[in-house]
Amino acid sequence: MNLVPVKAPQAPRKFDLAIVGAGPSGMAAAIAAREFGLSVLVVDENAAPGGQVFRAAELAGADPALARDMAPGLELIARFRALDVTYRPGATLWMLDPDTGTLSLSCLNETMEFVAERILLATGAQERPVPIPGWTLPGVMSAGAAQIALKTAGMVPSGRVVLAGQGPLMWLLANQLIRAGVMPVLVETRTQPILRTALEQGGIFSGFAQLTKGIGLILKARQSGMRVISGARHLRAEGAARVQSLRFEGGFEPCDTLLLHEGVIPSTHISMAIGLEHFWDARQLCWRPRLDVFGASTHARIAVAGDGAVIGGWEAAVASGQLAALDAAFRLGRMAQAARDFQAEASADALLQARTLRPFLDALYAPSHEILAPPEESTIICRCEEVTAGSLRWAAAIGATGPNQAKAYLRCGMGPCQGRLCGPTVAAVIAETRNVPVEEVGHFRPRAPYKPITVQELAGAQHGADRLS
Amino acid sequence: MTGRRFDAMVIGGGLVGSAIAWGLRREGLSVALLDEGDAAFRASRGNFGLVWVQSKGLGAPWYQRWTRQSAESWPGLADDLAKQNGLSLGLSQPGGLHLCLSDREMNKRAERLEQMKREAGNYGFEYRMLDAREARDLLPGLGPAVVGASFTPYDGHVSPLALLRSRHQGFTALGGVYLPNVKITGIATAPRNFLLETNLGTIQAERAVLAAGLGNAKLAPHFGLKAPVRPQRGQVLVTERTRAALPMPTTTIRQTGEGSIMLGDSVEEVGFDTRQSQPVMAEIAHRAALCFPWIGRLNVVRAWSALRVMSPDGLPIYD
Amino acid sequence: MFRTRPDHRTETVQVIVEGRALMVPEGSSAAAAILLAGLASIRETAVSGSPRLPWCMMGICFDCLTEIDGVANRQACMVPVAVGMRIARQHGARDVPR
Repeated sequence: MNLVPVKAPQAPRKFDLAIVGAGPSGMAAAIAAREFGLSVLVVDENAAPGGQVFRAAELAGADPALARDMAPGLELIARFRALDVTYRPGATLWMLDPDTGTLSLSCLNETMEFVAERILLATGAQERPVPIPGWTLPGVMSAGAAQIALKTAGMVPSGRVVLAGQGPLMWLLANQLIRAGVMPVLVETRTQPILRTALEQGGIFSGFAQLTKGIGLILKARQSGMRVISGARHLRAEGAARVQSLRFEGGFEPCDTLLLHEGVIPSTHISMAIGLEHFWDARQLCWRPRLDVFGASTHARIAVAGDGAVIGGWEAAVASGQLAALDAAFRLGRMAQAARDFQAEASADALLQARTLRPFLDALYAPSHEILAPPEESTIICRCEEVTAGSLRWAAAIGATGPNQAKAYLRCGMGPCQGRLCGPTVAAVIAETRNVPVEEVGHFRPRAPYKPITVQELAGAQHGADRLS
Repeated sequence: MTGRRFDAMVIGGGLVGSAIAWGLRREGLSVALLDEGDAAFRASRGNFGLVWVQSKGLGAPWYQRWTRQSAESWPGLADDLAKQNGLSLGLSQPGGLHLCLSDREMNKRAERLEQMKREAGNYGFEYRMLDAREARDLLPGLGPAVVGASFTPYDGHVSPLALLRSRHQGFTALGGVYLPNVKITGIATAPRNFLLETNLGTIQAERAVLAAGLGNAKLAPHFGLKAPVRPQRGQVLVTERTRAALPMPTTTIRQTGEGSIMLGDSVEEVGFDTRQSQPVMAEIAHRAALCFPWIGRLNVVRAWSALRVMSPDGLPIYD
Repeated sequence: MFRTRPDHRTETVQVIVEGRALMVPEGSSAAAAILLAGLASIRETAVSGSPRLPWCMMGICFDCLTEIDGVANRQACMVPVAVGMRIARQHGARDVPR
């Protein structure tokens, strides 16, 4: 093995706006930014645009199980595809320097760098962890995982399928599975009454269209003959080498695949790693970056849009992406403030409209305490390092006041997922043990590389001229 | 909680503070261990984990001697702690290598260790300069870029995080009072009477130990002492676990008990700034891949930057 | 255990899962191929050796780490299948040849 010079390092290409994520908000921001004449870079980890909601829509659009849900995405994707932007699919952002605007990407085992005046994080949402006993057993997956399998490959779980948990996605997935020829059993963990929650939270009139759609999904699934078990508590996945059944208080449901879901939260891994200020959203029970109405963060170069800013669904994501693009044009001197504000009105209205039902949904599907902070000592919280709830409680008792100290004691959050999945649970268990609010406990401090890259790739980031051969 | 009184208080809950607090408590004193919150600078959490002798104390024979003695007392300490807490610290002291990537580095290294041997005098200092082949015998998989290495039998490594946990666990088990999230708002000192105003109320003790790392620079003058320490940034990369074994640590590369490989150790004078810098990370990775091409194929799963507590001359401060 | 719906996804790609040829729909990830192959697990963890299959399928959880084309610890849910791709289970911590 010798060091052989292959290519000379070159200065990174510069853009007015770099967008991280090609989901609804990223695509909408790119479309708007091009209208204002900005040069745009879009980087995305997936092979095709669409984000998670319209994942692989160009393939899935013709699938009768998904066609109606993918339709709005196809239109957006087509407009995005037609844009004159630099689009890098299959690229992982592993480091972002907000001060210099440098994005370090890994694409097919090569690192590359780009520089941008403004950077929009449109990294979307992730499912909340569902740490019930047995959730690491093969055959137990998140509901979103099954949906992605359906969207990307048209595949469905075979055998007995149980959906367990709560949230709009559960009903949507149930319908999609039924259309795809799979009849699941739904074990719902919802504890909040629908009618009272609706009256308390409001929004049901202005959000009537969304509400109708949601109720339609529920009715449709029930009419198709799907069995629904309501108010399930103390869920546990059971089985030897793989899941064989779901047990809950007063019930038992044999299954070959168990799909869990308790709602979604913003993916804040990168926004936290670059040091943006975040705050605890007590309604959505998650951390969120502190942003202004245009999505501008506490760092002058960075904005956040879409579900990575606040959970609102794809229509809200589109509107927030447009607002961020307007603000980028203004900050880059391509648009007067008055013009920005004038043009912003339509998107701001759309955003408001899209979010109108959120308080109701957030309240209705608020996860129970046992999901946030699993009571059973042996339940695994950190799937990577296999750290249990019991050991976390012990760590909190001997002095871990927050996730970072708990990580030092126990290694929770030290595995390859870097605490993406266990972060919320670690914080909630510490908060419960120390009897303080979660916001006081804090969160993990993520670090670059945001996703694993090889030592050699990292070396290549600086020594572009050298390759180990 | 207002007006608590102790025989001793230790300010700073890192490796140094928690060890002293544990020792004082073992001697029967009532002890308060005052610590910061979750997001403190905490050099103890950023530590690389070497129990290192071969680079310490050039031009300061007393420091070289203490370092050796300290390394020699490690096995006993690790045994004690394992007995008390049932927690292995992953201590291993097989000796260690300093790898050289050029003849110039090799010559400088040889001069340096020869000087240390001279300065050690009758205390002795065993070292060997190894050529590439000898080094490769000790560390299979060394890359062709490595021209040689220095070896001393004294070196080793340990898990600093297991040690920190063991200390905190042990201190609490002995009945020590651990007080995290402390913010000191006022200090009043008198002979054998030290009083802190804090967010948790007044804390008073006959003896005070300053073990606040970088915080000591500001704290010391309140106690009539000087501790002119400054932050020095170091960055570390950690790979995924691997079965391939690295039989002994080098100055900048070691394999943990879990199987991860840690890559260090950079030096940056950037003040109180714990951000990462990509060029330095790349340089660490580059050098590691030169030393061990097979490490180049491993994924970096974690990385961090942390602040060393550095004295003006790099030697311990005794006042 | 998963199955395809060949009526609706007609384009397929041949991959090798644990040495066995398998036709999977175009657009599948390597993790999806493992699910379709019906393997009991994609890997055994490096910590305790417990078996795992993918959890999130969207790049968050890293439970789908496995060996793809001879390289271990790839995030299989983020790797689209390609013709002839070799996907294999992973047992415990990664080994690298020296």
